[in-house]
Amino acid sequence: MRLRCPICGSRDRREFYYQGAAVMLDRPAPDAGEAAWDDYLHLRENSAGDVDELWSHDGGCGAWLVVTRNVSTHEIKAVRLASDVKEASA
Amino acid sequence: MRFSGLQVLKEGLTGNKGWGPHWRDPEPKSEYDIIIIGGGGHGLATAHYLAKEHGLTNVAVLERGYLGGGNVGRNTTIVRANYMLPGNSEFYSHSLKLWEGLEEDLNYNVMHSQRGIINLFHSDGQRDAFARRGNQMINQGDDAILLDTDGVRQHLPYLDFKQTRFPIYGGLYHPRGGSARHDAVAWGFARSASQRGVDLIQNCEVTGFDIVDGVVRGVQTSRGPIRAKKIGMAVAGRTSQVAEMAGFRVPIESHVLQAFVTEGLKPVIDHVVTYGMGHFYISQSDKGGLVFGGDLDMYASYAARGNLPIVEHVSEAAMTLMPVIGKAKMLRSWGGIMDMSPDGSFIMDKSPIDGLYINCGWCYGGFKATPASGHTFAHLLATDQPHPTTIRHRLDRFRTGRGVMDEEATGSQHNLH
Amino acid sequence: MRLSGKGLIDRSQNLSFQFDGHTYRAHPGDTLASALLANDIHLVGRSFKYHRPRGILTAGSEEPNALVSVVRRRGAIDPNVRATVQEVYDGLTARSQNAWPSLSFDAMAINDLAAPFLGAGFYYKTFMWPRAFWEKLYEPVIRRAAGLGALSGERDEDPYEKAYAFCDLLVIGSGPAGLMAALTAAEAGADVILADEDHVMGGRLNAETHEVAGQASADWAADTIARLSKMDNVRLMPRTTVTGAYDQGTFGALERVTHHQNVPVDHACARETFWRIVAKRSVLAAGSIERPIAFQNNDRPGIMMASAVRTYLNRYGVAPGGAITLFANNDDAHRTAVDLQDAGADVVAVIDSRTDAKAQGDYRLIHGAQVCGASGRKALEAITVRTPKGEMAIKTDCLAVSGGWNPSVHLTCHMNGRPTWNSAIASFVPTPGAIPGMATVGACNGTFSTAACFAEGYAAAKDALKELGLTAPDMVLPDAEDSATRVSALWAVEGKGRAWLDFQNDVTVKDVKQAARENFRSVEHMKRYTTQGMATDQGKSSNVAALAVLADATGRGIPETGTTTFRPPYSPVALAALGAGAKGKGFAPERKTTSHAASTQDMDAPMIEAGLWYRPSYFPKSGERTWRQSCDREVGYVREAVGVCDVSTLGKIDIQGPDASKLLDFVYTNMFSTLKVGRVRYGLMLREDGNIMDDGTTARLGETHYVMTTTTAAAGPVMRHLEFVTQALHPEWDVRIMSVTEQWAQFAVAGPQSRALLNDLLDAPLAEGAFPFIACGPVQVHGIPARLFRISFSGEHAYELAVPSRYGDSLFRLLVARAEALGGGAYGMEALNVLRIEKGFITHSEIDGRVTAFDLGMERMISAKKDCIGKTMAARPGLVERDRQRFVGIKPVGEVKQLTAGAHIFLDGAFATAENSKGYITSVGYSPTLGHYVGLGFVEGGASREGEVMKMVDHLRGVEAQVEICDPVFFDPDGEKVRG
Repeated sequence: MRLRCPICGSRDRREFYYQGAAVMLDRPAPDAGEAAWDDYLHLRENSAGDVDELWSHDGGCGAWLVVTRNVSTHEIKAVRLASDVKEASA
Repeated sequence: MRFSGLQVLKEGLTGNKGWGPHWRDPEPKSEYDIIIIGGGGHGLATAHYLAKEHGLTNVAVLERGYLGGGNVGRNTTIVRANYMLPGNSEFYSHSLKLWEGLEEDLNYNVMHSQRGIINLFHSDGQRDAFARRGNQMINQGDDAILLDTDGVRQHLPYLDFKQTRFPIYGGLYHPRGGSARHDAVAWGFARSASQRGVDLIQNCEVTGFDIVDGVVRGVQTSRGPIRAKKIGMAVAGRTSQVAEMAGFRVPIESHVLQAFVTEGLKPVIDHVVTYGMGHFYISQSDKGGLVFGGDLDMYASYAARGNLPIVEHVSEAAMTLMPVIGKAKMLRSWGGIMDMSPDGSFIMDKSPIDGLYINCGWCYGGFKATPASGHTFAHLLATDQPHPTTIRHRLDRFRTGRGVMDEEATGSQHNLH
Repeated sequence: MRLSGKGLIDRSQNLSFQFDGHTYRAHPGDTLASALLANDIHLVGRSFKYHRPRGILTAGSEEPNALVSVVRRRGAIDPNVRATVQEVYDGLTARSQNAWPSLSFDAMAINDLAAPFLGAGFYYKTFMWPRAFWEKLYEPVIRRAAGLGALSGERDEDPYEKAYAFCDLLVIGSGPAGLMAALTAAEAGADVILADEDHVMGGRLNAETHEVAGQASADWAADTIARLSKMDNVRLMPRTTVTGAYDQGTFGALERVTHHQNVPVDHACARETFWRIVAKRSVLAAGSIERPIAFQNNDRPGIMMASAVRTYLNRYGVAPGGAITLFANNDDAHRTAVDLQDAGADVVAVIDSRTDAKAQGDYRLIHGAQVCGASGRKALEAITVRTPKGEMAIKTDCLAVSGGWNPSVHLTCHMNGRPTWNSAIASFVPTPGAIPGMATVGACNGTFSTAACFAEGYAAAKDALKELGLTAPDMVLPDAEDSATRVSALWAVEGKGRAWLDFQNDVTVKDVKQAARENFRSVEHMKRYTTQGMATDQGKSSNVAALAVLADATGRGIPETGTTTFRPPYSPVALAALGAGAKGKGFAPERKTTSHAASTQDMDAPMIEAGLWYRPSYFPKSGERTWRQSCDREVGYVREAVGVCDVSTLGKIDIQGPDASKLLDFVYTNMFSTLKVGRVRYGLMLREDGNIMDDGTTARLGETHYVMTTTTAAAGPVMRHLEFVTQALHPEWDVRIMSVTEQWAQFAVAGPQSRALLNDLLDAPLAEGAFPFIACGPVQVHGIPARLFRISFSGEHAYELAVPSRYGDSLFRLLVARAEALGGGAYGMEALNVLRIEKGFITHSEIDGRVTAFDLGMERMISAKKDCIGKTMAARPGLVERDRQRFVGIKPVGEVKQLTAGAHIFLDGAFATAENSKGYITSVGYSPTLGHYVGLGFVEGGASREGEVMKMVDHLRGVEAQVEICDPVFFDPDGEKVRG
């Protein structure tokens, strides 16, 4: 498996760390309530299609990435810097 | 027909003409008391115990593919009761006891072999953590022995004790641990459930639920609608999809775990050996293949196949730990879809829908749980009460923080368990 | 026997090799199989279950029977080597497997007589009584009988290696289709890798007698390969099996580098190289595998594939028999008869199951007939032919069989692709698009004529080049044979007796039918129940036929019955190759501190692993016989004088920027923005789920500059966590972070004499009271800029002194020498551990990932004035319940004075059972300061039990002790020494 880091280019999967669904970008407010926090940390769509995921190029430049990937075929549709995605949604 | 050596002899002398189907292939009825979704190990075991323990036989198991085609048929066959945390400890202890009587119970040789498991440790800290675990095992009534380096050498003389990267300080030995023939477990439960009157329906995919006022009434399937009073889900890596049909989400992320087998070789490894520093475990099957595995591929996947980094990593662990097997050749690799929960422990509970029960989150520990999972899920389905050994395995434990059982202590990130 | 004048072998040279102790002659170019056949050796192995005598079936890597062990020396034995792949070299020593006492007389062949009782799945039905006999009797017997080859039992000392390669186009297989694809792409300037498992490239071009472009096909292949080998943009990889197709154009490949050479024992060259090939596009030209036809005793030595007979004849100049017969259901196989006759061999008869079959030469053709039996146990003697008129026996010592060809679709299944049934060739072909970026061409695509292979190879390369932005050259495709495929499916001949499908695993037609009767009707069930296709060849020759027999037995068509999946690797790969480089210390990097040399070489410290780091356990002095003696002495240094300890392995993260304080306030539970410049503060860091991630001290070096310390184990995860927070949660913050763990060598200088030691060393001595507890700041050591921190992990007046790493070695030596002069010295991990337990300081033994600030009694460290990572979830009801097991000190108060980590705690007098367990011990040490064991642990109720006498039970080590629950701070509870 290979990912195309927007900073470093196409690299082997071994250079990357996988965290999970990109819902982790949207941290709830401290008072958002039990359900919102349960959603954030535990509950997952876990769809079998295209999923936005958080990866880190921690064996490379250290960039956190939002990778859009089909989890049934492993086809990678897009890789963006997490900071860009976060700032665009702010 | 009852299976026995005598029967094999009799059939052999008469041309093996008398062997009949191990299970019936009935058409689905329009209604059952209980439907179990998923004809894997856990679903089939649930059916067996519903019939045997609770006398409930108006039961169907719906399987979208073939029986035992999921993780029960694609694991590394390890059976053990060496958990540390309350909740898991008593559950797996219960499971091991069921394993020990399984062949008689099922009249099927599942080749449960108590060849012993040795978890190696490589630092004082790991030794102390294993000691805590081993003491819990004995507290629970199971067996554990703390081996020092020489103790390990007596059991596993072929390990590299001199040059390996992480020296072997010792091991936690669990003599009652071992392995079993995975397919036979599925088939044995299927045969028993079928003989007791349960309908096993293959090639029957559930495509939706009939839910009225928050109460489940039945399912839509590729073979038509089927009504049921109660429905249990035992669909492992596909839990999120089935739950979605019922309109709720679960704390599961699906990941791929690879496993490997070498060409058949004359006996070299007698125990199940696990390597504390390298996410590597290995045993040798009765056919001679070295069966081994390691960690998840570490990315979400429904592909049931993996990539090279893990293939190489487990082989590297093998080479530093036991370079004696270097000339063994990897014959086949495969992957299973693991339903990873936020604490690495399973969930067995009522769902938010009345009459719908869930059994999921087995991560990569589902095989050894097969009998107890069936036994306790049958208990929950039949009595509406959790079995005493699954009281902590609630769906809401992550929200409340009560009863979280994080054996790996890696926190709420699903893939780290 | 060897025929004169044929083959691609070098008859001018003789090679000598051994098989089962006998010496034979071969020529360069021979495989072990061709050489054995040339020497008229037909019995080469025994089957898995029934120990049936077996000969050579094929001429390729799909061989199920002719598996041998290659013995190079004691401890260097390759089991399960395919004789059909192993090249002969001078001195090759091979021996047969799975036979005792000898290949010719194998005692276990008795299993064959018991076959009626050993059919499919018999073991699931018996061996259940009495229960204990499974482990004691039945299973050991089964295990001893199982397996084919054996490992040497010794450490594998051979060198293996791994490598990466990158290319525009990977071509897998160098037959006509692959060669043409590679040539086309190479001429266009693409970077091409052409890989083939064979040692001579060219595929079937080397085994046939057709002409290509007016040349012998083998000559055309050799010329083309020579042309490719001269091109800089082409890498030819013979002896290289592409083993698996993976995501994003990654392929695994195994190169057998020196299997064909008699290399000396200490040869440095890798025996095998495992390649990771990354290709932008790929062409699969893997060819196809001829399939047998099942009939009674079709496994006898001397019964071979028709194409293999042709290969041995044309490529190796070997006639595998004196009186050869042929059994086929297709036209292609007749070439074998023609070639044999042309070479002067005796073709006794050709039996073709098709009534309309036509002879292609002057040989006896029996059409509309089937071979229904074979006789001769260790070598074929005769076959029985069934014609519409009746049965007849024909004497023969070699039967060439062809049931048609199965395309090698394997790699196209590695990413879950399912092949498609093609009734014209009665087999499966790849489904287009099964592997992204891969085209399939030639015989593996079901295209069998040489001319059509060339055309497909060219077309696929052209398409790939277009996608790569290159232009294909115009090529004139060479003239070649273009015969149509004519085959009429025949899987198994009706009749009594056992007819083999899977030769190695001894799966017969009867077994598959019985499986169907027992309702193992799914192809996966049949496979698993009978073990069909699970042998070392993974059913390459047998799967399709077995599927057809199952389809017939269940009254379904083949496409409806489905197919099992092919999984990587294509052919088996040694773990030594997949795990190359990891033997011994190679498994993980070794991290060494700057004091490593001094600690080990000069001070004889035993080193222990701390993650990837090495740290000194203790520094032995002469006269000390146990580690405890050294440890006690080193503890004394710190308590009485001054000790020196390398703490460089702790993670150090430099944090700078206007928003540095915001970051720290957010990742730590407590407040850092209020920390004064020149001060250090202890911080607690949570995971978002509320459990403790790590702890450590952070120093404020400037208004916008901090340096954070993490534990050794958490250095990487904490760094990643900070990156996550700053990139993914708060990219708007103006702050930069950098790991500087390896840039600074840092030493603890601890003990009442620590200030005296430092003042002897620093360019500007510390004035009395000038550098209080938790102060930090820049200092100079002999003119070297350094950092000094007044912090303590021992409870003593202590400092940590950091210098750029290049000065670490000399500073450590200097510090130790000065400490020794003051009555102290270096201390290691054992002493460090005792010192911190005496003070109740935690490590990851305590904060093991399941522990909260509440559990530690540190809940007040979670600031109420701000949000932080983990704050919300740490407040979940389950995480703050009173009955949680909370942090305490533990000391022995009964007759047994020992404590052990990992022991559980019970009420005094309670049974030591799981439901009675009230807690556990995490850390223990013998305190020389206090004269007794001290322990830390977690107990239900925590501090509320202080003073209570409980029971510690360690079943594993056989220790049971009365203990008192106490404050975890055993030593200097008021902290007077640390401030002093």
